[in-house]
Amino acid sequence: MAAKDELGRAGEERAAQHLRQHGYTVLDTNWRCAQGEIDIVAVHGAYLAVVEVKTRRSASFGHPFEAIDQRKRRRLWALAFAWRAEHPDLARGLELRIEAIGIIGTDPAVGLLEHLSDIS
Amino acid sequence: MSTARTWAVALTGVDGHLIEVEADLSNQTPEFKIIGLPDKSLGEAVQRVHNACKNAGLDLPRRRLTVNLSPASLPKHGAGFDLGIAVATLAAGGSIERRAIAHTVHIGELGLDGRIRPVPGVLPAVFAAARAGFERVIVPRGNEAEARLVPGVEVRAAASLAEVAVWHGADVEVPDVEPVVVAPGAPADSEALDLADVVGQEDAVEALVVAAAGGHHLLLSGPPGAGKTMLARRLPGILPALSEREALEVAAIRSLSGEAVTSLESLPPLETPHHSASVAALVGGGSRVARPGAIARAHCGVLFLDEAAEFSRVALDALRQPLEAGMIEVHRAGFTARFPARFQLLLAMNPCPCGNYGLRGAECVCPPAAIRRYSTRLSGPLRDRVDIDLPVTRVAASRATSGGRAELTTAVAAERVSAARERAVHRWSSTPWRRNADVPGTWLRQGALRLPPAARTPLDRALERGTLTLRGYDRVLRLAWTMADLAELERPGLDEIGRALHLKRGMNP
Repeated sequence: MAAKDELGRAGEERAAQHLRQHGYTVLDTNWRCAQGEIDIVAVHGAYLAVVEVKTRRSASFGHPFEAIDQRKRRRLWALAFAWRAEHPDLARGLELRIEAIGIIGTDPAVGLLEHLSDIS
Repeated sequence: MSTARTWAVALTGVDGHLIEVEADLSNQTPEFKIIGLPDKSLGEAVQRVHNACKNAGLDLPRRRLTVNLSPASLPKHGAGFDLGIAVATLAAGGSIERRAIAHTVHIGELGLDGRIRPVPGVLPAVFAAARAGFERVIVPRGNEAEARLVPGVEVRAAASLAEVAVWHGADVEVPDVEPVVVAPGAPADSEALDLADVVGQEDAVEALVVAAAGGHHLLLSGPPGAGKTMLARRLPGILPALSEREALEVAAIRSLSGEAVTSLESLPPLETPHHSASVAALVGGGSRVARPGAIARAHCGVLFLDEAAEFSRVALDALRQPLEAGMIEVHRAGFTARFPARFQLLLAMNPCPCGNYGLRGAECVCPPAAIRRYSTRLSGPLRDRVDIDLPVTRVAASRATSGGRAELTTAVAAERVSAARERAVHRWSSTPWRRNADVPGTWLRQGALRLPPAARTPLDRALERGTLTLRGYDRVLRLAWTMADLAELERPGLDEIGRALHLKRGMNP
């Protein structure tokens, strides 16, 4: 596995752990379909959160959130609807929401974590 | 959610509008948007502010930033909003105090390195801020001298964004940078132009003094080499010095043209557009930004059109509105800019295309039709507004080589002019007019200022004969009053009327 993939995997683990600590129930991770991949799907209260996780060793090539641009956000919404269509039982009665978690640090387990809930 | 606001100034013409710069920070993925009708250069402020903040050691929040320039319907242009935008966004992110910037006006363009660059139009902008009741304005160091000309407002000049941020409570190191300065314009023509240099043109010099004293528009026509241009260049020197208010207006227009303004000039400006000037060059133009033209730049001074007959007809007729209203309006899609334009018009032209018509000892080669056509290049309505129409001739050889200087120096003439103007101001103190040239004819023909019939005889006869129109009659009366003021008389007599008639070509009583 390439170093960057390892970093990403570690970041996703840290993010899932962070979500659990904050009362989220993680339903699915690394869910793939033809349109792409969702990092984490979790339930928080009345919301079904589709979470994108970005991990960077340092901010010198830009903040992790800067990678989530208009195009990426649109794709995340499309993926979210695809996931809901596949799992109608799990998604029933929940409101969709896109969230982003950015982690900066060579070791994602202890790096700086930022969480944006409900990005448009 | 958090917002912060500060103030900047948008200019249309010389009018400044205070613009509220609102920055909002929302918890979304990073984005930076400016709304409120920015033009291209203002839209690019996003990049400048972003890099300037980074290089000043101030981090912009990595969230969605929205900057609104309100009122949103007024088109805004230029990079002068950069500083306000940067400060508002930094305050929204919490790096600087919101309360510190809420009552301060920020003007300045940012460089990528975080230095603050000078912008055109700082003087009218600071003026607008002071009039709107703001107590503190922050300007680029390069515009400091210019901004300080405005009384009644605290001006602070900064060389870099970090410096401004520290004033507002940010915790960054202020780098020791070299301030960006405005390139100084061409040095002013300091060559002293004295009226005494003009030899053998007593009539024309006297006409110039009368024009200066009464604010009359003047047309000099004569062959090449008669000294028309020489005379014209000496007019600003004998006009009364500009008042502080006038000097500020003149400096504001200079500032809008992008010139470095460091002090108030008391000498009235002289604007000499070339005869190939277009309408836009005269009245001011630009598709999005209105820049002042020659007419506005001659405000409170002299607009000298040399070779007036060579100007295009449309360009000349563009002078009519400002001559009438004392200001000029430039209409463009989306905005109307208004410039003050109270100037004294000075026209010089040759009598015919070859210039020799009517000249003793020279032969004119122009066909009669060409001569007639040439003299009608100035339209009737324009000629109507010219009070003095004086032919000048070449100086006789004996006078030119005698070596003597004329007796009337600029200093003496200026004194006579200012004394005459004082008499006029005193006389018109109960009316809205200050100069004889501005007074309507009915005031001179009727009421208390009506001249006794004995003094009016030559004038009345000219009117009866039809050689003088009623409008011409009024113009001669105005000139006569100015002459009376110059001669320190209570009211014009037969002599003044006669000389006033003489200043109109072909009018022999």
